[in-house]
Amino acid sequence: MSTQREQADMFFKQLEEFTKTMKQSVGIPLVMDQKTGVAMWYDQRELKLKFLISIEKTRKFFEALSEGKVLATKCKKTGKIYFPPQVDCPDAPDSEVEWVELPKEGELLTYTIINTKPYSFGHYPDYTVGIARLTNGVQILAWVRETDPKKLKVGMKVRLEVVKREPEGYLTYELVPVEE
Amino acid sequence: MARRVAIIGTGHSKFGVRNDVNIAELAYESIRQAIDEAGIEPGEIDFAFVSNVGGWSSEPLPAVVALEYAGLTGVGTMRVEAACSSGSAAIKAGYDAIKSGEADIVLVLGVEKMNESPTPTVVEFIGRAGNYFWEFQNFGLTFPGYYALYATAYMAKYGATEEDLCKVAVKNHYYASLNPKAQFPRKITVEHCMQSRYIAWPLKLFDCSPITDGSAAVILASEEVAKKVTDSPVWIKAIGTASGTSNLSRRTDFTHLEAARKAAAMAYKKAGIDPENPVKYIDVAEVHDCFTIAEIMAYEDLGFAKPGEGYKLIREEQTYIGGLIPVNLSGGLKAKGHPLGATGISMAVDLSRQLLGRVEKGRQAPIKNGVALAHNIGGTGHYAYVTIYSLDKPREA
Repeated sequence: MSTQREQADMFFKQLEEFTKTMKQSVGIPLVMDQKTGVAMWYDQRELKLKFLISIEKTRKFFEALSEGKVLATKCKKTGKIYFPPQVDCPDAPDSEVEWVELPKEGELLTYTIINTKPYSFGHYPDYTVGIARLTNGVQILAWVRETDPKKLKVGMKVRLEVVKREPEGYLTYELVPVEE
Repeated sequence: MARRVAIIGTGHSKFGVRNDVNIAELAYESIRQAIDEAGIEPGEIDFAFVSNVGGWSSEPLPAVVALEYAGLTGVGTMRVEAACSSGSAAIKAGYDAIKSGEADIVLVLGVEKMNESPTPTVVEFIGRAGNYFWEFQNFGLTFPGYYALYATAYMAKYGATEEDLCKVAVKNHYYASLNPKAQFPRKITVEHCMQSRYIAWPLKLFDCSPITDGSAAVILASEEVAKKVTDSPVWIKAIGTASGTSNLSRRTDFTHLEAARKAAAMAYKKAGIDPENPVKYIDVAEVHDCFTIAEIMAYEDLGFAKPGEGYKLIREEQTYIGGLIPVNLSGGLKAKGHPLGATGISMAVDLSRQLLGRVEKGRQAPIKNGVALAHNIGGTGHYAYVTIYSLDKPREA
């Protein structure tokens, strides 16, 4: 069975081939809507969207992943913990933040299994996204390593783990159900 | 001095897969109708707010493209974006412009052409509409996925079932079957909905609003202008606004939308509506049912039901005509369709026509108080707008 990404790519491939013929016969990239027969123009320009996003100020977070740690920031003055980490403390603008490690244990607050995927996730099998509350009260959203809804439950214990995401091959974190 | 603001003209295109028109042609369907209805000259328009989210469609500056086509080049304009509540945000911008005295007549247009891109691309764009870097980049959430997180938590806490969610879809499809502008003007059954495939467990295909092309427009005017051109203005009585965190992980719970509660409280206060019993004041409501769970949470966030009891309203058919309060008689986002930028304006158009007794037979609410409510949410409670429309002139401007 093909992945959703392969199906999406096939859609464009068919359009390419169809409009190639149309360009040869009528001179323009004409497409007929399959249901209604109305005429459409198949875009002859393509844009590749890939962003370069600054992580300079939160670099520690990404460096700590290679030590198996998930970090957050804590406002020195108010004690508030920020996750995702941020380096400014709007409740006490003159204060600084310090880096703290998040606890590994938590409980699952909610979850969903993504069946219909975004294009850039179309190469993965169905995946579960959940939100957990860790023992220090911080909440974190991540994939949950279980895709059978019968084996998932609100309130179940989960463990935060640093994992390598394949096939891209980069470090991120995941929630792993804990056997009780 | 603050001034009162009225809707003096409305326009609405057919919603659906509109491969028969480009974005400017689609916009003009509503612009033309709204100007006609208002009985004004296009040259009298002082400003045009254009609601559009875009990304999936080819024109990056839809405001000027739509205005050029409509012969309105020259008028001041801007694109307004607040995700799925962009339309209500544009109405607020127009309302503020007239209220402050900066403008007398404003065109508020919403247009969206989502079907210019294939489904996986559209799913990608809406999935990115939360916190891209922390919640999409690694975890690939989708828009159904965000609301599914709420559905799971809500059902676990209060005991609502997937059948209860499907009942919202059944109601909204029923009313869409009476609305010729709807994308899916046909009835469905609970079985039909329950048998549809999962999109983001526990939400199924029939729990989800579709990918829609569409436009809607209103002409707003000051009291002075409204008095001259119409004997049936619909007044904007109050607007409540709020926002929620970009990261879902920073929300306090997943059974309600805090931003919607805040926006409702603000709107009720401004309109003099008792927040303990709003249904006593409101004849009809359009709420943001991008997913069936969203309509159930809306009942609670708006105070139509107590927290945890929203699903009982639909179970007992209290949001049909004749019940406690009729909701989404247009078919809602679910079955009328959800062209993001047009949705909030579509709500304003349909509610204006409801208040004036102008909608199709079978989906016309009895109008007793002359008050209607629009609840329009952007993202997953990232933006919230609650707008109160009324037949009676607001006491204060």
